[in-house]
Amino acid sequence: MDKIAVIGVAQTPFSPNKSGETYADLAYEATTKALEDAGLAIADIGNIITTSNDFWDGRTISSMAVGDSAGAAYGEGKNISTVEGDGTLGAFYGMTRILSGSYESTLVLAHSKLSEGNNHLITNAFFDPTYERAIGMDSLTASALQAQSYYNRYKIPPRQSALAVVKNRANAIRNPNAHLQEELTIEDVLRSPQPAPPIHEMEIAPESDGAAALILTTESFAKKHGAKPVWIEGVSFCAEGHRLGERRLWESPALRQAAQKAYKMAGIDNPRKDIDVAEIYEACSYQELLWSEELGFCAQGQGGAFIESRATQLKGELPINPSGGCLSAHAIIVAGLVRIIEAVLQLRGEAVNQVEDAKRALAHGQYGLAGQSHCVWILGKN
Amino acid sequence: MVKKNLNLLTLTNGESFQPFRYALGSAGARFFQELKDNNRFMGLRCAKCEKVYIPPRNVCGPCFEPLKDWVQVGPEGSIYSFTVLRFAFIDPETGEKKPVPYGYGFIRLDGASTNLQHFLELPKNGDLKIGMRVRPVFAKNAQGNMRDIVHFSVDGA
Repeated sequence: MDKIAVIGVAQTPFSPNKSGETYADLAYEATTKALEDAGLAIADIGNIITTSNDFWDGRTISSMAVGDSAGAAYGEGKNISTVEGDGTLGAFYGMTRILSGSYESTLVLAHSKLSEGNNHLITNAFFDPTYERAIGMDSLTASALQAQSYYNRYKIPPRQSALAVVKNRANAIRNPNAHLQEELTIEDVLRSPQPAPPIHEMEIAPESDGAAALILTTESFAKKHGAKPVWIEGVSFCAEGHRLGERRLWESPALRQAAQKAYKMAGIDNPRKDIDVAEIYEACSYQELLWSEELGFCAQGQGGAFIESRATQLKGELPINPSGGCLSAHAIIVAGLVRIIEAVLQLRGEAVNQVEDAKRALAHGQYGLAGQSHCVWILGKN
Repeated sequence: MVKKNLNLLTLTNGESFQPFRYALGSAGARFFQELKDNNRFMGLRCAKCEKVYIPPRNVCGPCFEPLKDWVQVGPEGSIYSFTVLRFAFIDPETGEKKPVPYGYGFIRLDGASTNLQHFLELPKNGDLKIGMRVRPVFAKNAQGNMRDIVHFSVDGA
């Protein structure tokens, strides 16, 4: 694969209700900040990918509503295309457009405002109208079923999942973009109500409003513009079958496969040793444990023991979510793109909780109920 | 092949609905506040290309510049394009069917560079034509939304 660089990154602060701003306002903020970060003008950008979901935006063709703000109408107009899914999938598409040879640069944008709709009803609409929707299934219910089957399979004590909340919310204290920042104890987490057991309220990623953008370019473009590039060393995107009831919820073959393919591309044999820092998408606390297993950071069933070993703390062997992760700021769609952005900041040495001498980072995004599809990125400094 | 004696069924989605609270943003909020309080149309002008946007928005797409300069436009304007609707349309906000026929058009308010979409009152005499002068008829109890304008009328404009 030709070398592709990330040369500009930006995110808005994330908060529960940005009622004073439209999606387009958030998109403009992220786009202009990303251009500024890269030292580029909109005229330099070859094409634009927006990432959104019509249901969360409450309109069809939601991506086009932010076109002007993403610079797609600049001059006589630019090529703009859209991904419905997580921001990591938008970035994947943006990268392939450069690899096609048609463009030297892509601006990838993601936006969402969970505050405007009702997340329970919207994620309920993801399900089959004949057999599942009327039963009231939604994203939280799906996650609760997954957590239950994961805990049961490997005898994971709830306190080990709670550790992800304690760690990530504490990491977020230094992150000015985070939505939730707090010092918590395991007991605080386990004392919070259980809207869908075994999941506690504090173990659920918050619903945030915000946007993020990044700029991908060819190697020659990055050099020509004197940018500070971070390189894509490996990437893979895999999805499981659609029906929740037909999946083995205590594991994630799609993530395992995506990780292995990305590692192979990047020449990684031992991810726990070869990766310096990871930003992973945990929509609920237990997912940080389960995804750690499927990313090959520990053996299957050992996700609880792995986090308990303190290996994923800021000063640990493999820090996970030093930014505070999705448990601290979670604008669906945007959240995966933020994982890539935080990984880039780590490799530039500009992260809020900087991991010393980080040379290689992993960023992970997911989309769909209980992690149906996964996208794994390996980013490198050199 | 479907068996001849099989009774094929469908499922309706019942009374389900998706509630939304769309943010108007700073530009939309000012536009509707002025419309409601002063029956005034305010647009945003691009400092670079001088295009005046109605309804206002915060970015000029072609220039990729933020918009900050408020200017008053209208209230009168001209018909840019129009049609006459002869099929009943259920208003998504009120759930009511609007009696047909009724006029619907793009109105270029005086001083604006873009068109406002609204209802056109069918003239008492003659037909609607592109370029005809129109004036807004404002609702008595303004709420700060598009219904603060009843329609645009060619009569008296």
